[in-house]
Amino acid sequence: MSIKKTSLNNLHIKYGAKLVEFAGYQMPIQYKDGIIQEHKYTRSHSGIFDVSHMGQLFISGGDDLTNNLEKIFPADLKKLKTNQSKYSFLMNNKGGIQDDLIITKTYDGFLIILNAACKYNDYEVIKSKLDNQYKLNLDESLSLIALQGPEAKNVLNKVIPGCDNLKFMSGNNYVYNNGKVYITRSGYTGEDGFEISIKHSDAEIFVESLIENGSKLIGLGARDTLRMEAGLCLYGNDLDNDTSPIEANLKWAIPKSRIETEFVGSEVLKNQFQSGVKKLRVGIKPDSKVIARENTKIYNDKNQEIGKVTSGTFGPSVEHPIAMGYVDNSYSTVNTKIFLEVRGKKIPANICNLPFYKKNYVKGEINV
Amino acid sequence: MSEVKYSKEHEWIKLDGEEATIGITKHATEMLGDIVFAELPEKGSNVDKDGTAGVVESTKAASDVYTPVSGEVIDTNQMIVDDPSKINEDPEESAWFFKLKIKDKTEMDTLMNKEEYEKFAKETSA
Repeated sequence: MSIKKTSLNNLHIKYGAKLVEFAGYQMPIQYKDGIIQEHKYTRSHSGIFDVSHMGQLFISGGDDLTNNLEKIFPADLKKLKTNQSKYSFLMNNKGGIQDDLIITKTYDGFLIILNAACKYNDYEVIKSKLDNQYKLNLDESLSLIALQGPEAKNVLNKVIPGCDNLKFMSGNNYVYNNGKVYITRSGYTGEDGFEISIKHSDAEIFVESLIENGSKLIGLGARDTLRMEAGLCLYGNDLDNDTSPIEANLKWAIPKSRIETEFVGSEVLKNQFQSGVKKLRVGIKPDSKVIARENTKIYNDKNQEIGKVTSGTFGPSVEHPIAMGYVDNSYSTVNTKIFLEVRGKKIPANICNLPFYKKNYVKGEINV
Repeated sequence: MSEVKYSKEHEWIKLDGEEATIGITKHATEMLGDIVFAELPEKGSNVDKDGTAGVVESTKAASDVYTPVSGEVIDTNQMIVDDPSKINEDPEESAWFFKLKIKDKTEMDTLMNKEEYEKFAKETSA
């Protein structure tokens, strides 16, 4: 299969992107400024991210759609108001995470934002679980652009007036260039920001107008360091088919009202709620400057292996190496001393609180 | 003036009598991106030609640093350990990695000159 390009591909090249293949798409890993400058620009001003490779799945249909989706997702969809979003999971029967996603209630159904590498599989799974009763559209005629950072609201408001009224984890329709765009206030950096769903033919001029108003294109490299500082999970690294939301320390995303009800994986989750879990996702801060990357083995002070790192990098804003990973639950308490095996040496580190960087979301209906 | 030579692993080496100064090339730093960590060999240790003699890490990944010739490590550059971003700023001058008392001068003959290296770097970074 040939590599896919997003509608912003020419723009990436124009702004000096280093392009890599990611989930079947040619995507910018960084631009001319490099990962650290791009990261800091997002935290201090605003950054534009091409996330058009992600899936935008629209589901519409009959009155019982909400009921049937609740049999799949552990979210409280009945309570969801139109244009409100929730973070949730597509799970397997063992409670493992097949994908993490954002569900937004739209006027005629739901919009689900899916990870790029999972979207085609998710589509098939969801379609078959819904017994083909509803209209599912994995819409590939739309680009998805994220604008993140403290200046995001000012920049976007100049291009699309009125969007600064949106509350955190909610969305609405707006008009741009005589066309409809759907904007949600959300993101993946720990900063205030927006995700804009826009038709391909408008994506380039839209992004150019954001750049004219002081924003800059940011690559996947900085997207990764930003999300790690914010303690957010990357599917495939920190979440996978063998890990449940409880183990991933994402219990907050399963509302109490749903624990006793049925959904895919509910039996396993109910058990884990009652009896606890063996492994838990934690934040890890190495004592020294050594970076522990994914798959680094974690040991206790008796040299016994107790877990592994799933994401690790240097945090440009916290100016220190950071990591997250899974440890045996008895070692998950903050300030527990652990050791990371890097290039044959045991590097001392501590379990720490997540996030590494304090989130700067706007007030609104916080999703906890 | 002493000649600077280059390895296929993108190290540069400058020989002054028996003493060689080694670092990574500007081209290497451009491929790596922002460098955030550097580890150097221990002073007094012996390193063998093409063996590992340090590590650099960018925000993206870790890469080994190899020594283009054999010898005894007589000095290391603490500046780049304290501030690894200096490697991006000035890789071929002040941000050198380590100095060796070299064992065998003929090992220098296996390395590339500037012109050969530039051609090699261009060809390998498609």
